[in-house]
Amino acid sequence: MLEVKGLRSGYGSVEVLRGIDLDIQAGEIVALLGSNGVGKTTFASVVSGLIKAWSGTIRFKDEEIRGLSEQAIVDRGLIHVPEGRHIFPNLSVRENLELGAYRRGKANRTRNLDHVFGVFPRLRERFAQKAGTLSGGEQQMLAIGRGMMAEPQLLILDEPSIGLSPLLVEEMFELIEQLNRDGLTILLVEQNVLQSMEIASRAFVMENGEIRLSGQASVLIDDPELQRSYLGLA
Amino acid sequence: MPDLAIIIPSVLNGLTTGALYALVALGLTLIYGVLHIINFAHGALLMVGLYAVYFLNVQLGIDPYVALFIVPPLMFALGYALQRGIIGKASHGRDENILLVTLGLSIVIENLSLFVFKSDTRAIDTPYSFEVVEFLGAFLPLPKVIAFAGALVTAALLWLLMSRTDLGKAIRALAKEPKGAKLVGINAEHVFAMSFGLGIACLGVAACLLLPSYYVSPQVGHGFVLIAFTIVVLGGMGSFVGALIGGLIIGVVEALGGLFLGESLGQIGIFLIFILVLISRPTGLLGHKV
Repeated sequence: MLEVKGLRSGYGSVEVLRGIDLDIQAGEIVALLGSNGVGKTTFASVVSGLIKAWSGTIRFKDEEIRGLSEQAIVDRGLIHVPEGRHIFPNLSVRENLELGAYRRGKANRTRNLDHVFGVFPRLRERFAQKAGTLSGGEQQMLAIGRGMMAEPQLLILDEPSIGLSPLLVEEMFELIEQLNRDGLTILLVEQNVLQSMEIASRAFVMENGEIRLSGQASVLIDDPELQRSYLGLA
Repeated sequence: MPDLAIIIPSVLNGLTTGALYALVALGLTLIYGVLHIINFAHGALLMVGLYAVYFLNVQLGIDPYVALFIVPPLMFALGYALQRGIIGKASHGRDENILLVTLGLSIVIENLSLFVFKSDTRAIDTPYSFEVVEFLGAFLPLPKVIAFAGALVTAALLWLLMSRTDLGKAIRALAKEPKGAKLVGINAEHVFAMSFGLGIACLGVAACLLLPSYYVSPQVGHGFVLIAFTIVVLGGMGSFVGALIGGLIIGVVEALGGLFLGESLGQIGIFLIFILVLISRPTGLLGHKV
């Protein structure tokens, strides 16, 4: 579904992504892992068109999308739920969700709204409340719900567990797994290695703007290098 | 101490003037709230609107109230084009550049109109210019009553647009959270230009409502824009309801100030209220902490 080859990008003259190769097949959860500052968020932002790529190719559903505007990428069904949520604090929960479907016709809106409320019943209770008044977990649900309103074919979730209590993190990962079982392809960008590996089919580990390790999550989890660097196991 | 028979008409007159101030201020606060542009060209653009209404009337015999269907759409288009073609392009996203660009625009527009129209003040003649309406014992000029109603209707329409339509939601979303807005596929440049266009269209409405009881000259915008800036700050930068209430307050204060202190000192009241509000509520009556 997504095929990235030799992707380079950065800010000003500072190179952040030094040639990333990554692919996602339809129906998968793929985890993109790594510690702070290795370029995971930059990668997600380049794919969704927020940041320009310097070189390389990004193919989505067999079409080159590198260089397309954010709108054109949303139109094609690639939806990016950003790190830090970036929901609209001055708008109600309902308005936030409606804007998620900004590039879609109004016809499916009610059905999609019901779908989101089915997955996140908490949002239905908060319906008319200003999004800025929600708790951190609820805001994360809203950010994901807003992404779902755009009828995504590939959903990029950037650090959905950040700032959440351990219990909520657990709940969030279960929800992500649920979304995937319902047929959604997901790129999960995370620092939380262990829990991400549990729900992902494959994983890529980034270091310094490059892919250091990749493979089946079930195999990768036993990799000695990964265990040493990310899980604190000798 | 003047009695109620004088105060009530004065207050009513102030409300009618205030509603028009509010309309000018609504455009200003919309543009500020979304684009964070302090639009120095606001007065000059009001003047452009007034000349448009004037010439439609004098050359083509179109009534100013019929011009409501012509001038605001034209002003909207002008605003959209200015933002997309000049202000957005020339500012490179830097606030201090935007300030200079709008200031430059106002100088260019004003001097062009001085050159073309000379500094004569012009007014139009309509059959209803001197008609009056009696209300609560006060005799109010009919054009001012219509202007009051028109300004409130426009404010209500603007509120509906902002709260009910996708465009309105996108405008509010973009104002607070540009990155989130881009990620749901909102075209920022287009929505910025739509906001600027709407703000300028408010001036078009104000021009149509104003001209039957007012005049036009190349400098006509100055007085309005100074008061509009005061109203925007008084009501809270970016707040619609604040601009509406602020406009009405300023209109009434100006009228009462004129009554008690005389025409030339009447405006002192505006700035007294302004200073008092800023001392007690620095973010304005309905403003939020930034």
